[in-house]
Amino acid sequence: MSSNQTIVKFTSVTKSWLRGSGALQKVSFAAAKGEFVFLTGPSGAGKSTILKLCYMDELPSSGEVRVSGLSSINAKRTEISKLRRKLGIVFQDFRLLEDRTAWANVAFALEVTGTQPRAIAARVQKVLERVGLGPKMQAMPTELSGGEQQRVAIARALVNDPFVLLADEPTGNLDDRASRAVFQLLRDINTSGTAVMMATHDLDLVRTSGFRSLELNKGALVYDSAEAPLPEREH
Amino acid sequence: MRLALREVWTAFRRAPGLGVLSVFTVAFSLFAVGLFGLVAYNTRLALERLEERVEIRAYVTEGTETDAVAAAVGDVRAFPEVASVTYVSPDDALKKARVEMTEFKDVFEPEFLPASMEVRLKPGMRDPETVRVVAKRLNGYPFVDDVRYGEEWVKKFYSVRRAATAAGIVLGIAFAFAAMIIIGSTIRTSVLARAREIGIMRLVGATDSFIRAPFLIDGVLKGLIGGTMAVALMWVTRAALTATVFAFQFFPTPILLLCVLVGGVIGLLGSAVSVGRQLKRV
Repeated sequence: MSSNQTIVKFTSVTKSWLRGSGALQKVSFAAAKGEFVFLTGPSGAGKSTILKLCYMDELPSSGEVRVSGLSSINAKRTEISKLRRKLGIVFQDFRLLEDRTAWANVAFALEVTGTQPRAIAARVQKVLERVGLGPKMQAMPTELSGGEQQRVAIARALVNDPFVLLADEPTGNLDDRASRAVFQLLRDINTSGTAVMMATHDLDLVRTSGFRSLELNKGALVYDSAEAPLPEREH
Repeated sequence: MRLALREVWTAFRRAPGLGVLSVFTVAFSLFAVGLFGLVAYNTRLALERLEERVEIRAYVTEGTETDAVAAAVGDVRAFPEVASVTYVSPDDALKKARVEMTEFKDVFEPEFLPASMEVRLKPGMRDPETVRVVAKRLNGYPFVDDVRYGEEWVKKFYSVRRAATAAGIVLGIAFAFAAMIIIGSTIRTSVLARAREIGIMRLVGATDSFIRAPFLIDGVLKGLIGGTMAVALMWVTRAALTATVFAFQFFPTPILLLCVLVGGVIGLLGSAVSVGRQLKRV
């Protein structure tokens, strides 16, 4: 891939925690614009750490993370805030504000960036319809199913037109049917040009999708399907 | 600003009990400090009134020419430490003594009491050392027979005043410190209750100043309301004390405004520190 298409680049990234244990060891990879990348591996392998490094919630102990041209080496706090406005982030536990409607949760992401109220109304409605929640815009999170709550979280992640969606086990709390529906939504989002990096334990999903996968084990990148075909593995 | 105010209102509606608790904590903490301040302020006023009684009396030798004494009175009045000088003739001294000590009014004979100069000093110049220096200067006049100023009383009065001032400062700082800790903890609790919201704001790209704004406004408002409540509580307490014990002086308006302002500043600082801790992560 050409360097101008690279949106996320890890160069020999090591992340160690204060208590001494290592989360990542010399991980290097690059993700291109519009790509769908799975992060797989057992619990504690470093999948979530890679995503946190992407939205610079954590910074590397050594090496460099470069996201949309912003380097972890010299990123300022305001630059990190601005970077996050161009990223969409989705979690297993949805992280919605429980006392606000689905509409208000999505609008919140635009309000904090200083978007004009008129533009907010139009964009929120559009994105909620896109994720299939048009009729439930005014529902509170507690009135929605897990799958629907995750759709609200995805809508919030999409409302700023991100160049990449970072999803940390977004189907982990959902039943099989809801998981498939959420994954299909992420595929559709990817088809429209947004890159997706998704951490998951669901190897069937990885195998059947045919997307690129990065496998981690004990903090090391042990396999990249872009360099070799996916082998048959048991976890 | 509009969004920040809306967030303040949303947070209050979500947990009104916590908001009210914060306001009451500020109010009662400042009330405790203010009550102590009220006692200290009235003690100071009482001591100032007592201090006004410090006077130096220079007794004039019998038979001294009135002109000489009049010239000396003008001379002493020009001393930088002196507020007023009054010449008290033997007749005036007798009248005064008969009024002040009615039980002995028949004992006093004309010319029994000597003439004197009553010297009062300016505020801030009534300490034992200044009193002693002025007394010594008065003693230098050849027609001055004796100079009295209650040396022991002045010394004791000043040592009491110094002790009261020191105790006031130490206890005042201790009260203020305790109030700061209590208010800080309460505000921190209300910020921690919104830690999830702060985390979500950070994830969607809110800047630190944007995240801080509603918390700082919240802290200032709670502090100002708490400070105003503290002033009201102090006023009620003073009224009750005045009605039952003795007439307490209330703080002058600038001090009351300062109390409200201190509430606002404590709220602001408490919120700033608590949010700052939440934002310390990358």
